[in-house]
Amino acid sequence: MKRTRKLGYLFKEGIHNMFSHGFMSFAAICVTVACLVIIGSFSMILYNIAVMVRDLEQQNRILVYIDESYNTAEAKSVGSQLNLVENVSQAVFTSRDEAMENFLAQQGGGEEFAGINAETFRDRFVVTLEDNARMAETVEAIRNVKGVADVAARSEIAEGFTTLQRVLNIVSIAIIAVLLVVSLFIISNTVKLAMYDRRDEIGIMKMVGATDRFIRFPYVVEGFLIGLISGAVAFFLEWGIYDLIANRLTAVDSLSLLDIVPFTKVLWIMVATFGAAGLFVGVFGSVMSIRKFLDV
Amino acid sequence: MIDFENVTKVYDTGNRALDGVSLHIEDGEFVFLVGPSGSGKSTIIKLLTAELEPTSGSITVNGYQLDKIKKRQIPYMRRTVGVIFQDFRLIENKTVFDNVAFAMRIVGASNKEIKRRVPYVLDLVGLENRGRRFPNELSGGEQQRVTIARALVNNPAMIIADEPTGNLDPVRSYEIMMLLERINALGTTVMVVTHERELVNRFTKRVIAIDEGRIINDGMDGYYINEEN
Repeated sequence: MKRTRKLGYLFKEGIHNMFSHGFMSFAAICVTVACLVIIGSFSMILYNIAVMVRDLEQQNRILVYIDESYNTAEAKSVGSQLNLVENVSQAVFTSRDEAMENFLAQQGGGEEFAGINAETFRDRFVVTLEDNARMAETVEAIRNVKGVADVAARSEIAEGFTTLQRVLNIVSIAIIAVLLVVSLFIISNTVKLAMYDRRDEIGIMKMVGATDRFIRFPYVVEGFLIGLISGAVAFFLEWGIYDLIANRLTAVDSLSLLDIVPFTKVLWIMVATFGAAGLFVGVFGSVMSIRKFLDV
Repeated sequence: MIDFENVTKVYDTGNRALDGVSLHIEDGEFVFLVGPSGSGKSTIIKLLTAELEPTSGSITVNGYQLDKIKKRQIPYMRRTVGVIFQDFRLIENKTVFDNVAFAMRIVGASNKEIKRRVPYVLDLVGLENRGRRFPNELSGGEQQRVTIARALVNNPAMIIADEPTGNLDPVRSYEIMMLLERINALGTTVMVVTHERELVNRFTKRVIAIDEGRIINDGMDGYYINEEN
């Protein structure tokens, strides 16, 4: 009973503290929101770049040409062998006739190609890989499949994309980590300022016999609320800023070069991330900052 | 009950604040601890409230052996001792009522108990009509009474008053001392730390004089003997 009574009182104190030290709470919320929005924006930029790179990577496929002596049915049957090759994700058959139609469509059906016929082309498979980094060894394996006449693969482009993807991953992790550390530092200092403002109050509490847990709890509640509010504000701000920038970019991107991921696609991930980050920073910041003031 | 046995305190700076101090204060006593600035009075208070640990010797306060006390036991020991400070140390954004009730919240008292006990204690210290005021709306003497009420509200075995009249005029100082005497008469041990000779000499109580970290006089004659006497 005593415990429940104490908990109820401490919850109320936490909420009361947040309002009674309004300016410091406001400052802590502003700093947390700013840090979360910076990290969130950067993450979204990196995510978009990663998606674009992945799309480009998927366009980098291998063309496997089938022996000209094979008829269409025989050529098609090679597909089952190709699918057995390790690292092959998919092998899609394109007949000579389809290859010619595609070629003519790409060239705009010009008169200079009027005399062309399907025999000029080979039956082929468009092969996509599970891991482009292993393109060279896979191409070798494909060459050894019976019925394969030639393989056209631009492994240097695949390797380039793979390298780009790896560099982006490392850079993004490093930048987000640095931003997170900087944010924690700024937030921790803001909370420390708030605590410094209340060091006398904490000293009085200690002298009248309050336990560390009793003193800490309202600050944790306060940190929890500040974190929650900061996470919510940062989330909606991020959404607004992202949509605004995405709309502007789409408006000026007349060639449709950019394929921007809609915010709604990552909505729940962002809700969870902003909520968790806000709470972590709020609670962790409070607990860490109060420690030195409890040593009375 | 306070028991100091051969207590020495040497700070990290090398300053020997207490040098083999032994003293015993029984339950229900009223004691003045006197001495000039830097004599070791503040060190004794900090040792009594477990803010400091002795370098050597043993200290017992209300059954707690402070030289061996575990950190988590300190709050519970402090609840047996009400401390009154020269600078009041009230929480500015809480009303007089809440400043006093706050000490009861710490021990998990119910709202019903708080509503019954706080007005009683405020009445005892003569602040029955000041419950809704904030500390900065009160005079120095009234603020000190709030501190006394806060120290008393959990019915501690002992009150330690550190220069309780240091910020007050002679009339208010005398009133505060009378109040502490009344509290003592109700059975609470009272230790008043002061360097105000005139005030000490007006009461016939035990006076422990300390200088340069040693007890130089412990008498029941009620006089603060200093170098002028």
